Amino acid sequence: MPINLYIFVSLALFAIGVIGVLTRRNVIIIFMCIELMLNAVNLLLVAFSKMHLAEMAAKLPGATNNGVDGQLFVFFIMVVAAAEVTVGLAIIVMMYRNVHSVDVNFLNRLKN
Amino acid sequence: MSITEILFWFLTVLAIGSALMVIVSKNPVYSVIFLILTFFAISGHYLLLNAQFLFIVNLIVYAGAIMVLFLYVLMLINLNADAEPMKNKWLKIAGTVAGGCFLLVMVAALRTVDTKGITAQVGGGDIGLIETLGKTLFSEYVVPFEVSSVLFLSAMVGAVVLGKK
Repeated sequence: MPINLYIFVSLALFAIGVIGVLTRRNVIIIFMCIELMLNAVNLLLVAFSKMHLAEMAAKLPGATNNGVDGQLFVFFIMVVAAAEVTVGLAIIVMMYRNVHSVDVNFLNRLKN
Repeated sequence: MSITEILFWFLTVLAIGSALMVIVSKNPVYSVIFLILTFFAISGHYLLLNAQFLFIVNLIVYAGAIMVLFLYVLMLINLNADAEPMKNKWLKIAGTVAGGCFLLVMVAALRTVDTKGITAQVGGGDIGLIETLGKTLFSEYVVPFEVSSVLFLSAMVGAVVLGKK
């Protein structure tokens, strides 16, 4: 498939994530929109890792790991996202126990 | 239209439509379900690009573990549809316009880039197989791999400490 299509699909998914973060007040949904943005970037990285394979094979004959780096970056992004979700949801549960709300408008106590 | 193109457009429409439903639906549980659907569609894209290892990891880690964690927390704190108070309508419109402007600027910037004939190889290619990825992961990327295990350990300790407070 043309790489343009993957770029625009990932852009649309990323923009939907941005809109979700800006418009929703529920902190869990904001967190989910961040996951959506991470996945948009992952999709683009995988699409880019399958690009220029013919040229690279012509320039580096015998190399078997052309484009592997992009997919490994996606793997590490998934690792970091899993750790982030663990700590983030623990923080959200703790916050809910303290203020009995997950609305980000109530969570501005550090302001003053 | 080949079968690959049909699958690509089906998965694209599914991903973007369910991503829209994530931010539109009022009930947070529906948002989680639609986000799982989005992740399944993105996993389908990985399979279409022959990234089989990432396909299975995306299914297990994202659609399996992380989304179950979200659902679990949602049920733990017992949210219902009207838990989110109706906030200022203008702020909502402003957020949508800001995100739309971001999309517009990026599309306008990338529209004229010369990508004629550059394609992502669909179907073939063996760089997404576990064998190829594992060889590179455990030779060139072994230090980041070990560091990520330390990250997981600290995340686990952090979650336990936060949960016991």
